Amino acid sequence: MARFALNRILWTLPVFWLVITVTFVLIQVTPGSPWDAFNAANGGRLSPDLRPTWEREHGLDKPVAQQYVNYIVNSARFQFGESYTQQGQTVSQRIMEGFPYSARIGIYALVLAAVIGVPLGVIAALKQNTMVDYVSLFFATVGATVPSFVIGFFMLAFFGVRLNWVPILWTDWRNYILPVVVLGIGTSAFIARLTRASILEITRQDYVRTARAKGLPERTVTIRHILRNGLIPVVTIMGPALAALITGTIIIENVFGVPGMGYLYIQSIGARDYPVIMGTTLFYTFFIVLGNMLVDLTYGVLDPRIKAS
Amino acid sequence: MTVAKTEQLGALRAEAAQSKPRGLWSDAWRRLKKNKAALAGVAYIAVLALIAIFAKFLAPHDPNFIPADALANTPPVWQEGADRRFLLGTDSLSRDILSRLIYGAQISLVVGFIPVALELLLGATVGIMAGWLGGRWDNVLMRMVDVVYAFPSLLFFIVVSSALGSTPFGRMLSGLVLLFVAFAVTGWVTMARLVRGQVLTLKNKEFIEAARSVGVPTQRIIWRHVIPNSLAPIIVSVTFGIPGYILAEAALSYLGLGIHPPAASWGNMVREFSTLISLNAVFVLMPAALIALTMLAFTFLGDGLRDALDPQMTK
Repeated sequence: MARFALNRILWTLPVFWLVITVTFVLIQVTPGSPWDAFNAANGGRLSPDLRPTWEREHGLDKPVAQQYVNYIVNSARFQFGESYTQQGQTVSQRIMEGFPYSARIGIYALVLAAVIGVPLGVIAALKQNTMVDYVSLFFATVGATVPSFVIGFFMLAFFGVRLNWVPILWTDWRNYILPVVVLGIGTSAFIARLTRASILEITRQDYVRTARAKGLPERTVTIRHILRNGLIPVVTIMGPALAALITGTIIIENVFGVPGMGYLYIQSIGARDYPVIMGTTLFYTFFIVLGNMLVDLTYGVLDPRIKAS
Repeated sequence: MTVAKTEQLGALRAEAAQSKPRGLWSDAWRRLKKNKAALAGVAYIAVLALIAIFAKFLAPHDPNFIPADALANTPPVWQEGADRRFLLGTDSLSRDILSRLIYGAQISLVVGFIPVALELLLGATVGIMAGWLGGRWDNVLMRMVDVVYAFPSLLFFIVVSSALGSTPFGRMLSGLVLLFVAFAVTGWVTMARLVRGQVLTLKNKEFIEAARSVGVPTQRIIWRHVIPNSLAPIIVSVTFGIPGYILAEAALSYLGLGIHPPAASWGNMVREFSTLISLNAVFVLMPAALIALTMLAFTFLGDGLRDALDPQMTK
């Protein structure tokens, strides 16, 4: 197990290296120098005399290869430099400003998704090929297919504009409701599909038949044998689902004007604030790769056959 | 009695002689025809494709024409204050929304199909090579695939479009070319994994071994046996890939990164109209609804094809 885990953890390194390299190369090929971007972000009013000093401060006077090595080392230490647009603020500070909002929305959405998705999937599986199954399957397909930002605009139009229940612009806690619901619906559909498939597989297992043959009451069979085993894969995807939700908020935060990490990300793209763009990209990547790694590791623990392949 | 039986048998024989042998594809088609959601998806996609192809003739106005005498943001005809010349109203530059939605269909379909074609070409080549050659080749290629697979694609699209969006390359065809390349660069790995898996299972099947033992050249085995026999899962994967790219374009254009204005795409129309939501929500809902319907159509078709082509997978 330890070897499998170590192997899996080591394999995330090339991914990080690739992301760091791609972002570095992209900054290099972007038209205009970092100074131009910095100047533009400050309204283009900076004197060219400042340029050599500024470039020396940011290590831009060194050869490209040296810059690349520094970039990797700094990225590994989560040091992404200073924001171009917010004077004196580091990229990490910028990220941490928005992260709590994104994390809160992600966690609430996951809880909502589990509360809706798990029962829906269980009921659909236990009542397979009945009306209940078809309705929940249809809901799951639609919920997983319709893009969250489309659902978001429909909800904003109805609850925000028509009914005026929630504020359109970011004001207070009521603004959390719609983004959480929108993200929760998409994820609940995904969870419902997974739960249904997993439970259906378990109900066909021999040990379930044995339990029934022993004459155990149906309730006991369902709870102790089917649910307990059928929900394992559902539990294991919660970690990656949270990682996906926190990054999935990039678009939703812009729909609802949430001042989170995704909103700052897009703002910094508009302002060509490259250190923030690259830092946030790596931060997001870290979450996604970590989530994927966790699911592999938990599956490895639960199902030893996976390690072999 | 016996006469009747012989007659019956004769009739059965005649029937059997007439009916053609049922292959995988005709079987699949029969199953697909029974799936109403999938058929609705096909019909919707066909209509959308026709609209996109004949956009020039169907659009009542030039999508980028700014009429001198028209007002900006006039609502659709069913709402008060509409201008009858513009069925679905005008945008903030007084351009005809209906025409822009029609031209947007072109972008959505092209951005769905071209990257999938590129990804098929690249992914299938790598997949066949890895699967067929095996050994060290397989190891090296698949490790590469694993790393690219773990690369978060939406972030990659965002970073690439923000860095290269203003270069001459990024501006080609209003940004379409950059999207094709960005989508294909990350997308081929899914196809490579799928094709490799297919090749690995087929490689040791008796009929391939038979072909090899009678000296059929490798190239011929791949074209005549391996590719046709892996087509079913590839078709399903392609059908699910298309809406993925349509959504990615819409999302990027919504963020102001995908298709450059003034070209009309549903995503950048959502972006444009999102600021008008408190004024009149119907504007933003029109392109948004089209995105949602298109996604649903392709997903229903994909689900239907999967069930039709792989009977074992269905419950």
